[in-house]
Amino acid sequence: MTIDILIQLLSGVSRGMILFVVASGLTLIFGVLRIPNFCHGSLYMLSAFATYSITTVFGGSNLGFLASLIVAPLVVMAFGAAIEFFLLRRISNREHLYQLIVTFAITLIVADGIKLIWGGSYRSVSYPPMLEGSLSVLGRPFPQYYVLVIAAGIVIAALLALIIERTRFGRVLSAAVIDPEMVGALGVNVPRLYTTVFALGAWLAGFGGALAAPIGSISLGIDNSIIIESFAVVIIGGSGSIVGAFAAALIIGIVQALGIMVAPRLAIGFIFIALCAVLLLRPQGLLGRRV
Amino acid sequence: MLKCDRLTAYYDAARILFDVSFELDANRSACLLGRNGVGKTTCLRAIMGLMAKRSGAVSLEGQPIQTLPAFRIAQLGVGYVPEDRRIFPDLTVEENLQVGERRNEGGISWTLERSYAMFPALHEFRLRQGGYLSGGQQQMLTIARTLMGQPKLLLIDEPTEGLSPLIVETLVEAILELKREGLTMLLAAQDMQFASQVADQIYLMNRGAIVYSGTPDSLKHDTDAVTANLAV
Repeated sequence: MTIDILIQLLSGVSRGMILFVVASGLTLIFGVLRIPNFCHGSLYMLSAFATYSITTVFGGSNLGFLASLIVAPLVVMAFGAAIEFFLLRRISNREHLYQLIVTFAITLIVADGIKLIWGGSYRSVSYPPMLEGSLSVLGRPFPQYYVLVIAAGIVIAALLALIIERTRFGRVLSAAVIDPEMVGALGVNVPRLYTTVFALGAWLAGFGGALAAPIGSISLGIDNSIIIESFAVVIIGGSGSIVGAFAAALIIGIVQALGIMVAPRLAIGFIFIALCAVLLLRPQGLLGRRV
Repeated sequence: MLKCDRLTAYYDAARILFDVSFELDANRSACLLGRNGVGKTTCLRAIMGLMAKRSGAVSLEGQPIQTLPAFRIAQLGVGYVPEDRRIFPDLTVEENLQVGERRNEGGISWTLERSYAMFPALHEFRLRQGGYLSGGQQQMLTIARTLMGQPKLLLIDEPTEGLSPLIVETLVEAILELKREGLTMLLAAQDMQFASQVADQIYLMNRGAIVYSGTPDSLKHDTDAVTANLAV
């Protein structure tokens, strides 16, 4: 029983890592640009479908897997930069409601676009040959691929924390959250900064989508489930906080994985119980302060 | 260095600035002097590209800048020190200075070390968050942060407002040191005493327009202009 729990815990952690990668992008965008980017899940889904196509072209080889991990997020990043530059930038001084509507419109467009290109059927991507096997954890098999996912999540978290805490870019970002006009008067091209942050956030959604593609199936609708969980992460972790997002994504991943063991039909409900508790007790989130 | 020609600015429909024209030569300092609400801040903001609605021409070393966004104007070498200080309260003193850091050919050569040499208090509190500094220290931080961008023209809005005489003295000395180094400056002030200490040229402003211009000396003898436009 305890071993079952441990294995379940580990798979919860890997689930949480994918969620963290995606939600870290959302929390950056929300924290810096103050845009509730509803189409974040669409970027994730787009990347998963792109990953399917790329790995198919390469015939499911290791090379195809690596190519998809590099190319799919970059494609999505370019798409995200275009969304910010051509649409969101034009309405940046309007109410947040308009931005929400535009990003929601994009979710519909992307979903229909995907249906047009890939059709409505389920797709799946197999594990890359080099990570097909399982590790033995206390005698139980644990997929090697999940280990990669966990490692990737930790690396991304470390890199993001480093960028935000230790670089001038990170300082400028924190300053732009507080007083964008002043940052502009100090010679920083704030609109370009916003595009950069949105592109980075989109890349993270794309990387999460590529990473998640071999786990579970790829279908229309995966954008909805990930966006809801991602917003939960942003709220629980505190908007703009990478460390908060990391903690919140882990909590959600683990709670869901263990919840499935206890009460399978309530698993999704546990997230929202946690969400409500945070909103009531600590509305700024666990670690909501600066970016 | 700086030339304003019939500069006009609005807040929504309300016209705040009326045809302000003046020229400022390199290595000189000028002060916009006037009571609260006469348009000094608006004038500096309009030069800096921070007013959404403005008309008239502004040029920097002959280059028109009135259509450029604020960040481009800053990159061309204009430093702006706002009146309400606007430090980044969550960032430490040193981080605040890093945000302003920028290489700029032809501007004042300025570094972190020079900031600390000019304002030792900033060095002492360099790891403290800006929000926990006193008003005077915040003012020093704002000035140093802008200087980190190595400007050739400095716009300073009421740097001594609400500060103790001792801090004012420190700031006056700092401004005079920058002036000796050849930094061109445009200041805004309400206090004639302060203005005549730091400025070569004084422009008296009233109701959004320049109503008198002269040197500190000539202004001293022109008591009519002073009482009409400065006395409360």
